[in-house]
Amino acid sequence: MTAEHALIGVALLLGLLGGYLLARRRRLGRPSERPEAVHQILLPFTGTEISRRALDAALRLARAEDATLMPAYLAAVPSRLPLDCAIPNEAAKAMPMLEAIEQRAAAQDVAVDARIERGRSYRHALRRLLAREQFDRVVVPATATGGSGLSGEDLVWLLEKAPAEVLILRPSPGDERRLAGAEAASR
Amino acid sequence: MQRGRYKIFLGMAAGVGKTFRMLQEGHAEADAGRDVAIGYLEPHRREETSAQARGLEVVPRRRVAYRHVEVEEMDLPAVLARAPELALIDELAHTNPPGLEHRKRYEDIDDVLAVGIDVFSTVNVQHLESLNDQVTELTGVRVRETVPDWVLGRADEVVLIDLTPEALVARLRAGKVYPGEGIQAALDNFFKIKNLAALREVSLRQVAEDVESKRLVNSETEPLGTREGRLAAAVPKAVGERLLALVRPQPSSQRLVRRAWRSAQRLGTDLDLLWVKKPGQPIEGEVERQVTALRQLASVLGATLLIEEHDDLVAAAARVIRERGSTYVMVGESLPVRGLRRLREPLPQRLMRAAPTGVDVRIVAHRGLEEEAGDDR
Repeated sequence: MTAEHALIGVALLLGLLGGYLLARRRRLGRPSERPEAVHQILLPFTGTEISRRALDAALRLARAEDATLMPAYLAAVPSRLPLDCAIPNEAAKAMPMLEAIEQRAAAQDVAVDARIERGRSYRHALRRLLAREQFDRVVVPATATGGSGLSGEDLVWLLEKAPAEVLILRPSPGDERRLAGAEAASR
Repeated sequence: MQRGRYKIFLGMAAGVGKTFRMLQEGHAEADAGRDVAIGYLEPHRREETSAQARGLEVVPRRRVAYRHVEVEEMDLPAVLARAPELALIDELAHTNPPGLEHRKRYEDIDDVLAVGIDVFSTVNVQHLESLNDQVTELTGVRVRETVPDWVLGRADEVVLIDLTPEALVARLRAGKVYPGEGIQAALDNFFKIKNLAALREVSLRQVAEDVESKRLVNSETEPLGTREGRLAAAVPKAVGERLLALVRPQPSSQRLVRRAWRSAQRLGTDLDLLWVKKPGQPIEGEVERQVTALRQLASVLGATLLIEEHDDLVAAAARVIRERGSTYVMVGESLPVRGLRRLREPLPQRLMRAAPTGVDVRIVAHRGLEEEAGDDR
């Protein structure tokens, strides 16, 4: 066996080892999808549209921090109905929105784990969600028209009670740009 | 003694013509020579209805004192004593005042049927217990007088009195449903086209389900030895769609559930979600969190989450498909597999082979990021 053969053998071995390491890294490369990960950013919203600025901010953060974005549609269940009743009408509103958010998130390589949460009010729904899930950040637009459906009082409550960093987006002309569920449907 | 035959006229709302149709059919029976009597009629001051009742014998009502006023109720003992071949008893969901034989009129009807008298009766769809919440959510109006669903299930025949929302509103405006002073209030509240359209859909679906369940019951009792028998047994399976989505406790399953739910909505059918868990696999940590999320989503959507423990996903799914009568199965796109697993037949094909003939399998594209592929057994 010549030195040339030995070099070829070493090169092949290195190639195989490199390929194995690369495949292993790819397989384990997304900590947010691994069971032990709790890196989550909550984006609560109501209605049939959401502020594009709030969504973009949440996506930017999630991408930068390799976190999972949790868009959560908050549904207020009237007191005459059981809190755990099926809400097909609300679900029908939430579905296109969640689909649209998921599309944008996928385009930016951000993992999504969506929720629809019921409560007697939006704040109650948010409280139930915060009690069940762990978040590192909560992103909400400050304006009541930004799609969060949360009032100023709700935001103060969120700042006081949420066991996570709360990012309230300052109102801006950009708030007029919305993402609506229909966008997803039309694509 | 043979129990009487029970026919129910079901409507989406007051004014569609249930009582009118019941009386029409009562007349037809009387013309055919049967002994027909009205056990109870609630004409709601509608002239057309009162006119239609003419010529039919009426069992007099009894007067009952209730909260210091006298109300008129059906006289059950008198109906039983009169013992016609066919009794027409309006509004089966009605609640009797205290002190009568039964709390609800459908219980009175049960007594009438028990002595062999045929009964025609009427009810609106929002009175059915299982639909009460759904109807309330659709219309914003909760109906207090409810009846258990088995009342409809026990009927030998359910006739849907269908009317387009526009036609019903026109009837209302023409004063054929409520007297003048109540028309505008009704139009402003319950009788909105949107409400009526939703109620109409619920009624149509309810009758379709009733027909389907009766077909299934009948097909179980029919002999399957002949070709006709086998065909008869096959019909119900083709008529009623039922969706099953195979899920895993992972975020990507939520998209699959959303897709499946929208398909179920379009088909107007029920949705089951199935997770086949490996034997001994603990439900803890992230798996527990995702199972909770799936459970929540199922509850929001009115779907049923089934968790089966089995080491063979296809065998378990095929068994559930048979048990639940699923006609449509939705699975998520398989993730890339490695090694010898590449040689295995893909899950959708294996499912198609294991499931009963005629079950469709649909693959929902995976949009999310890479997840663990280890569950694709």
